[in-house]
Amino acid sequence: MANYSTNEFRPGLKVMLDGDPCSILENEFVKPGKGQAFNRVRMRNLTTGRVWERTFKSGESLEGADVMDHTMEYLYTDGEFYYFMDPVTFEQHQADKKAVGETYLWLKEQDTCEVTLYNGTPLSVTPANFVELEIVETDPGLKGDTAQGGNKPARLSTGAVVKVPLFVTQGEVIKVDTRSGEYVSRASKS
Amino acid sequence: MTDTRQRLERIAHARSVVRDFFAQRGVLEVTAPVAGARAVTDPQLESISFQVMNQARYLQTSPEFALKRLLAMGSGDIYSLGTVFRDDEQGRWHSPEFTMLEWYRLGFDHHDLMDEVESLVRSVWPLAPSLKRFSHRELFLRYLAIDSLTSSVEQLKARAQELQDCAFNETHRAFWLELLWVIGIEPALKQEACFVYDFPVEQAALARIGRRDSAWVAHRFELVINGVELANGFWELTDADEQARRFEADNRFREQAGRGAIVPDERLLSALRQGLPECAGVALGFDRLVALSAGYQQIADAFALSWDQA
Repeated sequence: MANYSTNEFRPGLKVMLDGDPCSILENEFVKPGKGQAFNRVRMRNLTTGRVWERTFKSGESLEGADVMDHTMEYLYTDGEFYYFMDPVTFEQHQADKKAVGETYLWLKEQDTCEVTLYNGTPLSVTPANFVELEIVETDPGLKGDTAQGGNKPARLSTGAVVKVPLFVTQGEVIKVDTRSGEYVSRASKS
Repeated sequence: MTDTRQRLERIAHARSVVRDFFAQRGVLEVTAPVAGARAVTDPQLESISFQVMNQARYLQTSPEFALKRLLAMGSGDIYSLGTVFRDDEQGRWHSPEFTMLEWYRLGFDHHDLMDEVESLVRSVWPLAPSLKRFSHRELFLRYLAIDSLTSSVEQLKARAQELQDCAFNETHRAFWLELLWVIGIEPALKQEACFVYDFPVEQAALARIGRRDSAWVAHRFELVINGVELANGFWELTDADEQARRFEADNRFREQAGRGAIVPDERLLSALRQGLPECAGVALGFDRLVALSAGYQQIADAFALSWDQA
């Protein structure tokens, strides 16, 4: 991979630091009066998800990381791995539980999601912002509870538990915002 | 009124306030050459050079040497409001081309000059926050619990490593003081407005050195507002031999760092030999002052057309 100098650090650039791929979040040029110029850099370690703050001498460089985001279709899980397919090349990738993390709560077969590949192996999986999932378990709705407030927990087909309005019933498909984990609406009938 | 017109009026207004301020105080405006025959030796400044009629010329990083030569020639109190250039400096608060307001006051020391800087800032920016004053030592003790004047390289390095992972091999105090400034002091000053004075001698630049509370300090000051360095001033070094030694020390540092030595400005040295009057001088980032006073979040907004638009 190419090397990138501090003046090329832009948000989103993927570089290697301490053996881990990192994504640059912020890069600030700072130069104390007449002194050494530095770049104060915030970056996300893509392996741990942790945000690092590091200071580099201006002009220092880091090796680029072979990290690419791909849109893929989720196929299935065998309990140990999760399988994804590139819809263009039909190439299949298996992601371990560490790469999938909490995202499994929003993965429905045949949905598309973003798979980040590091040296060709899934590093992380990001679900679509909105997914539609079926409610497999929730308390029965009460008559008359249509628009007024109040909510109840509902377990979805993936195992995720979200708060839903009282009028929503078991077996319905709902739309959820995966970034907040919140109920959005009943799914539109197709 | 368009945003552009409003911005341009702010900049023009600040210029006229500056000119009135100095006219009232009998400080004369002078224009320093932009393209000089010599460059500064500062270890951390890069001049932009080019050829004119087969002779090297350097875009000046500040009008300092020209103004000091005028002072030695008997100019009396002077200021310059002009464009300067520094290679390799670009960021939110840096532009390779910017406007510097620099002035010299005969018979002032750095404390007198801090008073005047404060008045000038308030003239341009009436709602500027009130400016505190801390010695460099106080500031480091307050925010980092370490003595900036007496701590060894190892102590400074250990303190820096407590704050952040860093693996630099530098063996001079100035580097670690600067790194600590960047990671430990400047972030703490994001909501502050203060002068910092009496620097460690390694950071003297062109300031004279003297004793303060049984320690040697450089009579230099900086003004920092909201974490942005706005001005840097000196109770000026007037000793030609000491100036020549600092040029040499700068060049030794430059060579070690692979930056190449710079031919010292012999005209400045001969002006000092002839006699620079006792004075204090300060350089203030005019565009930064305009930006801060207008609430702009970056220096680029304080230019009619910024570096990226030029």
